Amino acid sequence: MNPALQGLLTIIIGVGGCVGYFYFSNQFLDKVLFPASGPNAGKNINRANIIRPWLFLLPALLALGVYLAYPVVETLRLSLTERLPDGGSAFVGLDNYEQMLDEPKFWEALKNNMLWLLIVPALSTAFGLLAAQLSDRVFWGNLAKSLIFMPMAISFVGAAVIWKLVYDARPIDQDQIGVLNALYIFFGGDSPNNWLTIPFWNNILLMIVLVWIQTGFAMVILSAALRGIPEETVEAAIIDGASPFQVFFKIKVPQIMGTIVVVWTTITITVLKVFDIVFAMTNGQWETQVLANYMYDKLFRSHDWGVGSASAMIIMLLVMPILIWNVYNARKEMQ
Amino acid sequence: MANTEPFTGKRGQRIFVTAESPPEFTTENYRNVLLEDNREGMAKAFFNTLTVTIPATVIPILIAAFAAYALAWMDFPGRALLIAAVVGLLVVPLQLALIPLLKLHNEIGLGKGYIGVWLAHTGFGLPLAIYLLRNYMVGLPKDIIENARVDGATDFQIFVKIILPLSFPALASFAIFQFLWTWNDLLVAMVFLIDSTGETTVMTKQIVELLGTRGGNWEILATSAFVSIAVPILMFFMMQKYLVRGLLAGSVK
Repeated sequence: MNPALQGLLTIIIGVGGCVGYFYFSNQFLDKVLFPASGPNAGKNINRANIIRPWLFLLPALLALGVYLAYPVVETLRLSLTERLPDGGSAFVGLDNYEQMLDEPKFWEALKNNMLWLLIVPALSTAFGLLAAQLSDRVFWGNLAKSLIFMPMAISFVGAAVIWKLVYDARPIDQDQIGVLNALYIFFGGDSPNNWLTIPFWNNILLMIVLVWIQTGFAMVILSAALRGIPEETVEAAIIDGASPFQVFFKIKVPQIMGTIVVVWTTITITVLKVFDIVFAMTNGQWETQVLANYMYDKLFRSHDWGVGSASAMIIMLLVMPILIWNVYNARKEMQ
Repeated sequence: MANTEPFTGKRGQRIFVTAESPPEFTTENYRNVLLEDNREGMAKAFFNTLTVTIPATVIPILIAAFAAYALAWMDFPGRALLIAAVVGLLVVPLQLALIPLLKLHNEIGLGKGYIGVWLAHTGFGLPLAIYLLRNYMVGLPKDIIENARVDGATDFQIFVKIILPLSFPALASFAIFQFLWTWNDLLVAMVFLIDSTGETTVMTKQIVELLGTRGGNWEILATSAFVSIAVPILMFFMMQKYLVRGLLAGSVK
C-alpha cells in the first residue's frame, strides 16, 4: 500500500480509535456497568466516578509504560547480560561496564560530554540573556529576536549542513567556500585548515552549532522573565544612581535567577542527548566522540547490546540528578 | 606498495581553470532534487517524512489531552504520584529506549516500519504533552467546570465541549513542538523506520548520506538541506506565537 495512504488511514484509525475508545468506554461505564438509575443510582455514580479517571488515563499510561518506563528497566537488565550465540542471554554482572571502562573511546566520549556540559549551557544562557536584554532596547528588537530564535526550527542535521559549509576547506589555489577559512586566509592565515579534523578545537566548533541553536530558546524564556520584573525595583535603582550595568547585574539578574537555572538545566538535558550534530559532522572521528554517538556505534555497528546498554545507563545516570530535582520541585509546587 | 621501477616520463599536465562566466542564478538544483527520480530521492523522502510526521503529531495530542484532563480536574488516589512520574519521564533520555523497544518490536512482529515509528514518537512525546496540557488545564477557571457539573454534564461532555476548545492554545503549542521534533528527528527514524531497502528513508537521513557522498557537490547538498529546512521554518513563522507560549509553559519550573 502507498505509504501516504497508509498514513492517512492511520490517522483516521488512530484518531477514530482514540475518540471511539474514550466515548464508548464512558458510555459503557455510565449505561451498562454502573447505570445512574434504579435502586443503586447514588452508589453507582460514585463507583463510576472512581473508575472514570483510569479510563481517561489508560492509553497514556500504556504508552508511557511501554515506551519509557519499561525501557529504563530493560536497559538496566541488558547492561548486565550478554547475548549468547544461540539467541539466549546470560547474566554477566558488571562485565559490560568493565569492558566499556577499558575502552579509550569511552573515556574520550565521557570527557567530551563533560566539556559539552560545561560550555554549551553556559554560553547559550549567557548569549540568550544578552540578546533578551538588548533586544528589548531597540526598535528592531522583535526582528532580531525572530532571527535568533529561528534556528530552533531547523533540524540538527540541517544545522550540521549549514555549519559544515561554514567550516569547509578547499585547496589553497581555489576560492574558499567556507566562511571560516575565507576569513582565516583574509586575515593572513597561510593555508586553509580542515577545521573539523583538528583535535580539541573541533569539539568547540561542534559545540558552537548547538549554542547557535539553543541561544534562541534561552532568549525567549529569559526575555519573558525580564519583562516580568516589577518596574518599581528598576526605577528605584535608577533613582538611587545605579549604572545600567549595576541595574542589570544587581537588580535584574538576581530576580530571574530561578528562570536562569531552569534554562540552564533544560539545555543541559539537550546536551546530554546530543547525537545528530556529531553523527552528521564528524561521526565521532578526530576525538569528537560523545556518549550518545558512542552508544549508537556500539548498538548498530558493533551490535554489542551489552556495552551499548551500559553506555545508555551512563547517560541516564548523568540525567538522574536533574530528574530528581525536577520531581522534587514539582511536588513542592503542588502542595 | 612502492614501485621498484624508477618513475620515467612526464607527469600529466595540471590544468587550472578560472571560470569566465560568473555563477548564474538557476533553479535547476531544485528541479533536480525535487522532481527527478534519482539517487538522492528527495521527493520520496519528503513524502515519507510527512507520512511519519502527521500521525506522530496528531495521535499523542489526543491521548495526552484526556490524560491531562484526568490529572488536572479529576480526583483519584495516586494522582500526585502520577504527575511526579510524568515530570520524571520528561527527562529520560530516549537513547535508553532504543534497544528494548527495537527488541520488543521485533518480537511482536512489528519490525521496522511506519507503525513502529509512529508508536515510538507517540511514547516519547507524551510526557511533554501531558505536562504542558495539564499545566494549562489547571489554570482554566474552576467555575465553568463546576457549573457544567451542576447542570448535569458528564466528564466526557465537559472535556469535549468545554476543556478542549478552551485549551486550543496549549494544544497548538504542543502540536508545533511535536511537528518540529518529528520532522527534524534523525535517530528515531534510523532506529525504528529505515530498513535495508531504503524505501522508507526520511529527509534528515538523506541529507546525512549526501554529506558523506556529495561533499563536493555542495549545490545539491545545500538545495536538499533547504528543502528540509523550509517546512519547519514556514511553520515557525506562522505559529511563532504558540511556540513561544509553549516554551514558556513547558520548561519545568
